[in-house]
Amino acid sequence: MSDVVAPFIAATVRTAVPLALAALGELLVERAGLINIGLEGVILAGAFGALVGASAGGVTAGFAVALAAGVLVAAIFALCVIGLRADQIIAGTALTLLSVGATGTLYRTLFGSSGAALGIPTSASYPLPVLSAMPLLGSALFAQPPVTYLVYLLAPALAWWLAHTHAGLALRAVGERPEAAEAAGLRVDRIRTIAILAGGALGGIAGGTLVLAQAGTFAEGMSAGRGFIAIAIVVLGRWTPLGVAGGALLFGAASALQFASQAMGWNAPYQLFLVAPYILTLAALAGAVGRARAPAALGKALEPRR
Amino acid sequence: MTASPAHHTGSALALENVRKHFGSFVALDDATFEVRAGTVHALLGENGAGKTTLMRIVYGLVHADACTMRIDGMPATVANPSDAIARGIGMVHQHFTLVPVMSVVENIALGSRGRLNVAQVAKRVVEIAARTGFSLDPWARVESLSIGAQQRVEITKALARNARTLILDEPTAVLAPAESTALLRWLRSYADAGNTVVLITHKLHEALAVADDVTVLRRGRTVLAQPAATTSIAALSDAMLGSGAERTGVNGVASMTGRSARTHRENAAIVFRAERLSLIDATGVVRVREASFDIWAGEIVGVAGIEGSGQRELLRALAGRIAPSSGKMIRPADVGFIPEDRHRDAVLLDRDLSENVALRGAGIRRGVIDWTSVRADTRSLLQRYDVRAPDSRTMLRALSGGNQQKLVVARELRTAENGQHHAIVAENPTRGLDVRATAGIHARLYRASEAGAAVVMYSNDIDEVLLLATRVLVTRGGTVHEVPLDREAIGRAMLGTS
Amino acid sequence: MLAAIVLGAALLLFVGGYPVGPGLRALWFGSIGSWYAFTSSTLVRAIPLMLTGCAVAVAFRAGVFNIGAEGQFLSGAAAATALVLVVPTLRLPAPLLVATALLVAMLAGAAWAGIAAVLRARFGVLEVISTIMLNFVALSAVSYLVRGPLQEPTRVYPQSSTIVEALHLPRIPGAGRLHVGLVLAVLITGSAGWLFRHTASGFRLIAVGESPSAAASAGRIDVSATTTRAFMTSGALAGLAGGVEVLGITFALYDNISPGYGYTAIAVALLAGLDPWRVMFTAVLFGALEAGAGAMQRDAGVPSSLVSVIEALLILAVVVAQAVRVRRISARGITLAAAEDA
Repeated sequence: MSDVVAPFIAATVRTAVPLALAALGELLVERAGLINIGLEGVILAGAFGALVGASAGGVTAGFAVALAAGVLVAAIFALCVIGLRADQIIAGTALTLLSVGATGTLYRTLFGSSGAALGIPTSASYPLPVLSAMPLLGSALFAQPPVTYLVYLLAPALAWWLAHTHAGLALRAVGERPEAAEAAGLRVDRIRTIAILAGGALGGIAGGTLVLAQAGTFAEGMSAGRGFIAIAIVVLGRWTPLGVAGGALLFGAASALQFASQAMGWNAPYQLFLVAPYILTLAALAGAVGRARAPAALGKALEPRR
Repeated sequence: MTASPAHHTGSALALENVRKHFGSFVALDDATFEVRAGTVHALLGENGAGKTTLMRIVYGLVHADACTMRIDGMPATVANPSDAIARGIGMVHQHFTLVPVMSVVENIALGSRGRLNVAQVAKRVVEIAARTGFSLDPWARVESLSIGAQQRVEITKALARNARTLILDEPTAVLAPAESTALLRWLRSYADAGNTVVLITHKLHEALAVADDVTVLRRGRTVLAQPAATTSIAALSDAMLGSGAERTGVNGVASMTGRSARTHRENAAIVFRAERLSLIDATGVVRVREASFDIWAGEIVGVAGIEGSGQRELLRALAGRIAPSSGKMIRPADVGFIPEDRHRDAVLLDRDLSENVALRGAGIRRGVIDWTSVRADTRSLLQRYDVRAPDSRTMLRALSGGNQQKLVVARELRTAENGQHHAIVAENPTRGLDVRATAGIHARLYRASEAGAAVVMYSNDIDEVLLLATRVLVTRGGTVHEVPLDREAIGRAMLGTS
Repeated sequence: MLAAIVLGAALLLFVGGYPVGPGLRALWFGSIGSWYAFTSSTLVRAIPLMLTGCAVAVAFRAGVFNIGAEGQFLSGAAAATALVLVVPTLRLPAPLLVATALLVAMLAGAAWAGIAAVLRARFGVLEVISTIMLNFVALSAVSYLVRGPLQEPTRVYPQSSTIVEALHLPRIPGAGRLHVGLVLAVLITGSAGWLFRHTASGFRLIAVGESPSAAASAGRIDVSATTTRAFMTSGALAGLAGGVEVLGITFALYDNISPGYGYTAIAVALLAGLDPWRVMFTAVLFGALEAGAGAMQRDAGVPSSLVSVIEALLILAVVVAQAVRVRRISARGITLAAAEDA
């Protein structure tokens, strides 16, 4: 049994980590009352940044450049949406397109048409002492690359931050009722900009994870819809960090189950596993599965600048 | 500033030369305002007189075009609410600025820095509650609280930030009488402890009952500032509504003088009939209770009433925009409606003028629209109604506020002038317009009534009501009464000073 | 705009260190510089882009952010394929069957959009999120169909059987792979533009998109019904695009039948200022850019993704221009909501 379960859990966690990172970033943006559907572009930029950074200066540099690339794309989004009061959907769409084009072009320009960026260093697994030696799930959960441990820490840390700091409270208030936040002396535009940039940083790291801890290389369009999946996860996680972590695991499990079912020759169509989380998300949206309450300002046009 | 019996000394807040305009609308025109420390100061004025704007400037939510401000005697600039809070000023807005899904504690903590210790904040809430006598559950969600309790949260929020000067915008408008009395009593004791209160209101008896000093604004200017003890309801009412001498000065349509003598015509048709009409607003609050009245063809019925007295809902029911919750309303199928907030309710800012003309009736139109004729029609409306615009293809956004409003009036009135339909409902139709534009719109409404339309017009400005109306209905606390065409009588009926 | 694109492409080529001359030549001859490329590459791509672009324009115009054209395209493609493969060809005359298949594709697209439309109308669910979810569901559904019920009989390839030639959309003579779907797309997109300009229902849709509150108050328009209708019409158009693609070009259903037409459609519609008539041109433009991109990569070794950069920059330019325009007009002395003094 454990020879099936442990690899399954390991695969679940592996798929879930970049999703969780991106979704936690998007969570911050959405809790501020905005939606960045350019997240796909952010992740892709992060992935490409990781490639550039890692080939120049190793894994740490890879993650650093990934983060910077994510922040850069997010900054363009912030400029359009906060600075110019452009529509969020349009700006997000344009950014994804820009990122797809720019990373693809730069990739081929810098690394040749065959694109073989061979030999970039990857993030090795660091089995945690004691924990990884636990029976059954120890090695699946605790013999992972460091970025996985980052997620283990980040989700509860963000949950704590949202609930127990004034900054977290301010972020929530901005997403619920910007007028109230303003009257309380908060600078709404600034808080939203910071949230977008932070979301970009996490999205960038998510992209970096794909390259440095999973694929070991970059491929054009390798984000493969993860930005959109992350948006779904935020909804499924009901806009809470721990919920988002759970949602990411669910999507990870669905993807792992797909392979498991094929490997074990189950009769069920594997697409069922792939689709289940989306259906669940739609049901959550419709209020069928618990009450998913979006931040009240989400999806509303920004108030004009003063 | 500790509680000291020797208050009534320094000035807590002083404003001079305050000017503020929104587009072409002058909200504040060289207003002055001074509040002595340790007093309750009532700031009076009609709707639109500039009271709220003045206080939003103090709180940093609106930036004045010009303003000299002193807080506690020291020159001060307030760029945003956090500056105001740092200087000990707290504001309780008419529309509360609370986050409904959050707890009382979270709402009160909002705006600070560092670690959020909810237990500590809760302790502070309890502590303030002990001092103020407010009973508040610190852990309750704000949306589950009554309006009165939400107001206490707002006050507690200001006190938690050590506010020494508390500004309250129409605080009793949302409260039941017993709650109002309790609140006013509390404000008095708060000031007696050495703090300062600015009470924005249009309820005169309230002002005189609780305030040490009163200031009256009219059309953005300070027209009266004196101790409450030395004034009277009659004097305040005159100051708020303007004296008879001034009234003639704003008269834009000379030909209309003497119209108050006009009575409704013999055998005129009844256009609107309300029978025990009750109306509720979007939040489910009863706004008009069992009102009965008739409105005939050829009249201009002026509606007067303070904010929240039911006038808004009454106008919308007459215009067919909301349905009665009980009772009966007989009205024509097609009523011209000139809403107060034209940007939200009347126009498409980024479409051209002919499209804005075509908007009326868009819900029932079928088939093909003949734009050539709509454009020709629009051009003729622009000409006849003196709308200053290059042509019918201009985007509405590019027009000045006055010209936008003229287009709305033209669109809603046109069929009435042709005698095709017979009813117009207008809500503050000249708000924010200059004298010329105002006079033009007055003339249009008058002409429509002459052509046989029933015109119902609400205005914040009693002068405007008196100028145009052949009859006046006053709304107060959900009741609707006919009142003689007399300034004092209307004022008394509106403000409840009879 | 063409000049701007050529200039932009030249600049990007230069910055990227590619041979500018050969790159531009390849872009030109791969898209509109030769008759074959123009018809068989550019216009063939323009057909689905035109229909989905029109779909997006209709929805966005009504204030409905339908990001789901991709999913609606797929459901249309799947429904059309299923119909022509399942209904015995002999029973119905071929033209009638083709017409029915296209109709079914529209219905399928409308139904797929309808899920999000109902979620919006009934539960206030943001359509941005729900349509993204539905795109993924549609993708998986196609993946399932081509490995399950609709898989070709040998069960080797993840695709449906090939549709018999009698049921293909007729080709336009002398124009290579180009088929009559172009005529259909032009007719439909043209009519959509006409409806917007000249009919009461088109105007209602625009009014609701501009300002739901003014549409309801001044126009007495049923806002909820109008947006739902626009949403489903949008879905129908995207579904039709899927049906046309299957019957005109691919002749079978398979996993990657859409190279993201539904997403590119958003760019197509935005660049056209959400006007269907201009969508006809931007669809051809994007068809040309993507066709030229392939040629550029093949013949001049320039990454095809360069074209996405151009597309994105075009949209961003539109966004900036719009922001600047609104600000300039507003600065010209508008009474701001008649003052905030309540």
